[in-house]
Order: sequence, then C-alpha cells, then structure tokens
Amino acid sequence: MSHIVTIANQRKDNFADDAIAKARTPSPVLPLVARDVCYRAGDGEPLIRNISLVLQSGPCTVLLGPNGAGKSLLLRLCHGLIKPNQGAIRWGGQSPARAHRWVAMVFQKPVLLRRSAAANIDYALALKGIPRRSRKLRVEEALTRAALAAIANRPARALSGGEQQRVAIARAWATQPQVLLLDEPTANLDPIATYRIETLIQTIREAGTRIIMSTHDLNQARRLGDEVLFLHQGRLLEHTPAEEFFAHPQSAQAAAFIDGKLVY
Amino acid sequence: MSEFYSALTTSTRLIVNFDPDLTEIVLLSLKVSLTAVALAAAIGLPLGAAVALFRFPGRGLVAALLNAFMGLPPVVVGLALYLALSRSGPLGALGLLFTPAAMIIAQSILITPIIAALTRQTIADLNEEYDEQLQALGARGLRKMCTLLWDGRFSLLTAILAGFGRASAEVGAILIVGGNINHVTRVMTTSIALETSRGNLSLALALGLILIALSISVNAAAMAVRDVAYRYYR
Repeated sequence: MSHIVTIANQRKDNFADDAIAKARTPSPVLPLVARDVCYRAGDGEPLIRNISLVLQSGPCTVLLGPNGAGKSLLLRLCHGLIKPNQGAIRWGGQSPARAHRWVAMVFQKPVLLRRSAAANIDYALALKGIPRRSRKLRVEEALTRAALAAIANRPARALSGGEQQRVAIARAWATQPQVLLLDEPTANLDPIATYRIETLIQTIREAGTRIIMSTHDLNQARRLGDEVLFLHQGRLLEHTPAEEFFAHPQSAQAAAFIDGKLVY
Repeated sequence: MSEFYSALTTSTRLIVNFDPDLTEIVLLSLKVSLTAVALAAAIGLPLGAAVALFRFPGRGLVAALLNAFMGLPPVVVGLALYLALSRSGPLGALGLLFTPAAMIIAQSILITPIIAALTRQTIADLNEEYDEQLQALGARGLRKMCTLLWDGRFSLLTAILAGFGRASAEVGAILIVGGNINHVTRVMTTSIALETSRGNLSLALALGLILIALSISVNAAAMAVRDVAYRYYR
C-alpha cells in the first residue's frame, strides 16, 4: 500500500515540477524603462526629478553620485518598494510588482533573519515557491559560490558586516533573478571585505545576471561598471559607457565629482 | 518581625517535608497559570501581530483597547465570568463554575490583552526594520506575520513572562470562579488569602514566600532557555 502512495506522491511531485518549470520560464524583464519618473516624500521637495531611462540587457550598470543624489530611491522605485508620484517604470512591459520574481534587490543594510546563513537562503527560495527537495542543493550551491560554505550553519546575525552582506547577496542570487539590484553593497566595509564582495559581484555578472548597482565610490565604479548613470540632486545627468564617462564627463557636476571635488 | 522568622521556618518545613497539601496546591497553581499562559499566547501573539501589521477599519481603537485591557480588574472579570458560567447564565450548561477550567478561562481573559498589547508593540518596531526587506523577498500577509513573530521570539518571551507574572500573582478572578475549594480549586494565591483571613499570618507569609520562589524559578528557567537558544540562533 505504502509504495502505491509513494508513486502517487511522485506523480504529484512531477506534475508540480512541471507547473513550476512552466512558471519559471522567464518572461524577459529587460529592457527596464523609466518614463518621466518623479518622487517626493510627503509634501517635501522632489527627491527624484523627471528621470527617464532605458536599460537594455548588458553586463553592469553603476549608479554613481554623491550622497543624497537619489541612488537608493531610484533602485527602490525600480523594485516597486515605493511608488513614483508621477511617471512609470516598466520591466519588459510589466509593472515592478509583476517583475518581482525575476528581479532581486540587496539593501545597503540588509536584514538577515534570526536563523543560520543557510536557513536565510532557504527562506528566500521557499518564498519563490521552490519545493523543499530542490532547495537543499540550491542552498549549498549558493553558499559555495559565495565562498560561505564554512559559515553555513552559523547564526546569520553573528557574522561580520562583510559576511552578512555576502549572505544577503547569495540569498538574492540563489533565487536565479535575471536582474540583481545592489544598493551600495560595500558601504562601510574594509578593503578585504570590499574585495570579496566585488569578486562575488564579478562572478554573478559572469554567470549572466544583469547587475544594476549604486555606489559613491569612484574606484569601484571604474572596476565594475560597464556603463554609468550619474545622478545629482535627483536628476539623471549622464547615461554613458563607463570609459567615456570617466574620460569625458559631459556635465560640470560629473567632472567635479570625478576630480574628487565636493559637489552639491 | 517575629512573623517573618516564623514564616521562614514554616516555609522551610513545608518544603523540606514535601507537604502533600502544599504539593497539590503548587501543582494546581502551575497547571492553571501555565495553561492560561499557553492559551493567551496562542490568541495574543497572532492577535497582537495582526493589529501591528494589517490595516483595517478600527485598528487604532483595537490597539488602544488592548493597551487599556492590560489593566482589567481581576474581580470584575471574575464576576462577569461567574455570571456567565453560573447555572442560569448563558454558559451555565457547561458546568464549569468552581472548576480549574473556569480558573484557566478567567486568567486567559486577563492576560491575553497583556500578551497581545506587548506583541503589537514588539512586532510594530520589528516591522520598521524588516518591512522593505521582506517586501523585496516577497513575504506578505500571514507568511510575513509568522516570520516576524519567529524573529521577534526573544523579545516576545518577555511579553509571555509578563503574562505569566500576572497569572501567577492573581487572586481576585480565580477566587470568584474557582471558589477556593480544598483539593479542587485551591491554589497558592487563594490559600494565602484564606490563611490571612483566618489570622494564620505566618503560614500565609510562608506560602507567599514559596509563591515568589516559584515565580522566580519559572522566569529563571525561561530566561535560561532563551539564553541557550540565543547563543545558537540569534
């Protein structure tokens, strides 16, 4: 009797897998199109002013600009965490909420759950509807690729800042997104932790995931960026290939920023 | 002062001799209060979390009422429950009056608002930190609520212990619905009230000391479990 039940369960699992495979066939979320996007908090000054942009598939976009330029806000708008007061954002024609399955975001200060590093990744996979049987392997794979296998079972909250950030990136990447949004992934980290995270970002990029990341670190932008979006006071001043941006910035603000002058 | 000395010797003698009456009373006290805490936690934790997370009409009112009900007067709750459970009352057919079950219900009513109100605040604070992250991961609704309850477990233990403190110290409600019947519904607090009214002050005080020791032990045990868990799962 019991083996019949097992076979029935396997059948059911196979059907479930088919359904999941169907749901998992990615509908492309690129290009990302923003049209005339404005955002203000409450009645205050606009913090994002009339940003329009198109991001095609390509390796790595860096949002560059001083603190308060609106980099984090723009990423959060793109991920649908906040709604623009004006204009619209579309991922391959879909709203940010609909594109959620294929776009993942890692925050500057990621929140890890009070459980082990491995369980944090497992949680994210469970939320995407990935069946328990396939999760174990994918958690191991994600930890290995992020060089975190040794600390898999440590409580995530007890890890160092750099390790926590890597767990957060591994957690986002494990869900196999088409696009990974990273908000200042190495802010407040020492050079070694920064190096490890940049290595991880390179790995993810080489594996074919589109990366859109913000930074205020010029050198990081040079190391990782293929194209640069330069933001200043909520405005998008430049959208150019990285080499061109650093060699011939078009705006006075970007030129000053590259020279290391304080820009307001 | 002599009452204190004789209370100390009496309590020591009762404990050392493993007094059967005392043991029965202590066990019933623990059973009533711990069951009430379990019931109240089963209702109060999800209730408090739901009020913290979900928007619905009257949400502010519910939150205010939960806070206000933390101070429900036990005698009033006892009296209302007495009327409901008495033979002519709406729940009279259940035959629960003057049973430990009635006492458990009374204490659950008293401490559910305490656990719910403290849970509401804890989860609301935690949500400030977690909201965007959980949204980005795709956790919504009940899933989000369960995640926050689990991640707030170390803070929520304090809410549950506050409920236990209220339950174990409470006398007004259980005296009315339990009746302090010897070998049936007599617990620590009702015994203390009884011995005090009989004039056996040192015996009453001795029971009081044992009750406090009991309360400290339960809290210490809970905190020890918390500390061990925190070391592994923070």
